[in-house]
Amino acid sequence: MSVVSVGFRTLFYKEMLRFWKVATQTIAAPILTAMLYLLIFGHVLEGRVEVYPGVSYTAFLVPGLVMMSVLQNAFANASSSLIQSKITGNLVFILLPPLSHWEILLAYVAASVVRGVAVGAGVFAITAWFAHLSFAAPLWIIVFALLGAAILGTLGVIAGIWADKFDQLAAFQNFLIMPATFLAGVFYSIHSLPRFWQAVSHFNPFFYMIDGFRHGFFGQSDISPWTSLAIVSAFFAVLAAVAINLLRGGYKLRH
Amino acid sequence: MTAIQINSVEKSYKGFKALKGVSLTIEQGEFFGLLGPNGAGKTTLISTIAGLIRPDVGSVKIHGHDVVTDFREARRKLGVVPQELVFDPFFTVRETLRLQSGYFGIKNNDKWIDEVMDNLDLTNKADVNMRALSGGMKRRVLVAQALVHKPPVIVLDEPTAGVDVELRQTLWKFISRLNREGGHTVVLTTHYLEEAQAMCQRVAMLKSGQVVALDTMSALLRRVSGSQLIVHLNSGELPPDLRHLVSHDEHGNGSGNKYSLRVNDYAEVEPILARLRESGAVIDEMQLQQADLEDIFIQIMEKGAL
Repeated sequence: MSVVSVGFRTLFYKEMLRFWKVATQTIAAPILTAMLYLLIFGHVLEGRVEVYPGVSYTAFLVPGLVMMSVLQNAFANASSSLIQSKITGNLVFILLPPLSHWEILLAYVAASVVRGVAVGAGVFAITAWFAHLSFAAPLWIIVFALLGAAILGTLGVIAGIWADKFDQLAAFQNFLIMPATFLAGVFYSIHSLPRFWQAVSHFNPFFYMIDGFRHGFFGQSDISPWTSLAIVSAFFAVLAAVAINLLRGGYKLRH
Repeated sequence: MTAIQINSVEKSYKGFKALKGVSLTIEQGEFFGLLGPNGAGKTTLISTIAGLIRPDVGSVKIHGHDVVTDFREARRKLGVVPQELVFDPFFTVRETLRLQSGYFGIKNNDKWIDEVMDNLDLTNKADVNMRALSGGMKRRVLVAQALVHKPPVIVLDEPTAGVDVELRQTLWKFISRLNREGGHTVVLTTHYLEEAQAMCQRVAMLKSGQVVALDTMSALLRRVSGSQLIVHLNSGELPPDLRHLVSHDEHGNGSGNKYSLRVNDYAEVEPILARLRESGAVIDEMQLQQADLEDIFIQIMEKGAL
């Protein structure tokens, strides 16, 4: 199977077209939300908190907000597309053609990555005006942004397949994705937490995505970016295996 | 060549057996009808053929390709018009058809898409969003989506349910042409039995998840003995020696009696009329009605088999 088969490209294009046609909701709104976070938290905490020496709190916050936007929007893209298609019944247009399980997974994940990165770039373009940012290791920024978006896109596929109705998907988002993102060090360094919560944070894969991403900006992070890369890559492999098995087994898709 | 091979397919949902060992063989080029009352298992069987439902037992092959183990090849050969009126609200008609072509691995398919739209009277709606279409138009798009990859086997699950006469005529004209000229196999489920009688060469009737009749249309029609002579008597009674011919009678509203009498051929009509005259009965109205698919369907569903 070719990854760039016509089937894959078509489904990828369809998913891109889907979010682009409602760009106000899928791109502009999350950028505005992230900007509000920066204005409020930056204004309240600027000058009171110094996470890394020589780095202002607003500057510290920007990469965290960018990555949070990347992750949340990558998840929302795949999950909302799948649940809408399941509920309206038009998922049948994907299930009837000879698309392979990999083509389906990769198309949904790739479109999620594009949306996540597009929103992240938009958040960065606006919030960067409010802080002086450096780019100590740009490659890490790219690697963790792409990998983080791919992971959340894959989680979105899993959640979209699993959920039968919108409230189940909202529960997945509100009770799993949101807490995991907020508790991953978007607004703080885990070194500022009590020892117990520091230890708990190490079990949160989102922490490694955000920490590694932030390392790309400041050249410093809570843990080595190589360790983060290894953990994040392993997490991605596990999720991809789960997603592909759900598709292969037809879980909640083919009865 | 065998277009669809269904081998002992069984499917249960939470203890309810929707299909109880269905076996069918449909040859390439056939126009095949799958009939049965609601809940007989028609849609479950079609969904199994389409790979949307996986059988608990048995197998389905399209052109020799198993729909589960060799699903990609099987699906390339198959175009399915689902019963539900589903659509993607983000796209126009043309976008919808281009996307569907792409899912089947076909690029630059506009020539065929234009031809399909033309045949289904969709051309002037090509750039209209799916949301803005009427139910009938959405149904046409569903048919067009099933045909974008020119599948040798076309399955239509109640394609004319709730649609107007114009669409029915347009649809059947196009599908008949595909069957006649292109040699496409067509499998149809419908509750409109006159449609099935007019279109299908062969019919399977399903009842409670089982095939209760499987034959050519002409053989099925022959199974019901002869025709019905319907007489409306203005005065007099039906002589007792003709009563054994009565299949059902409807009492008129005080002005006489209406009887349906079974006749095996036209030669039996005159003796019946002569007997009525002898008995003093006056015939107000008379009609000779050929047995049709509906009669057969009702008999099979009531008795289980003919």
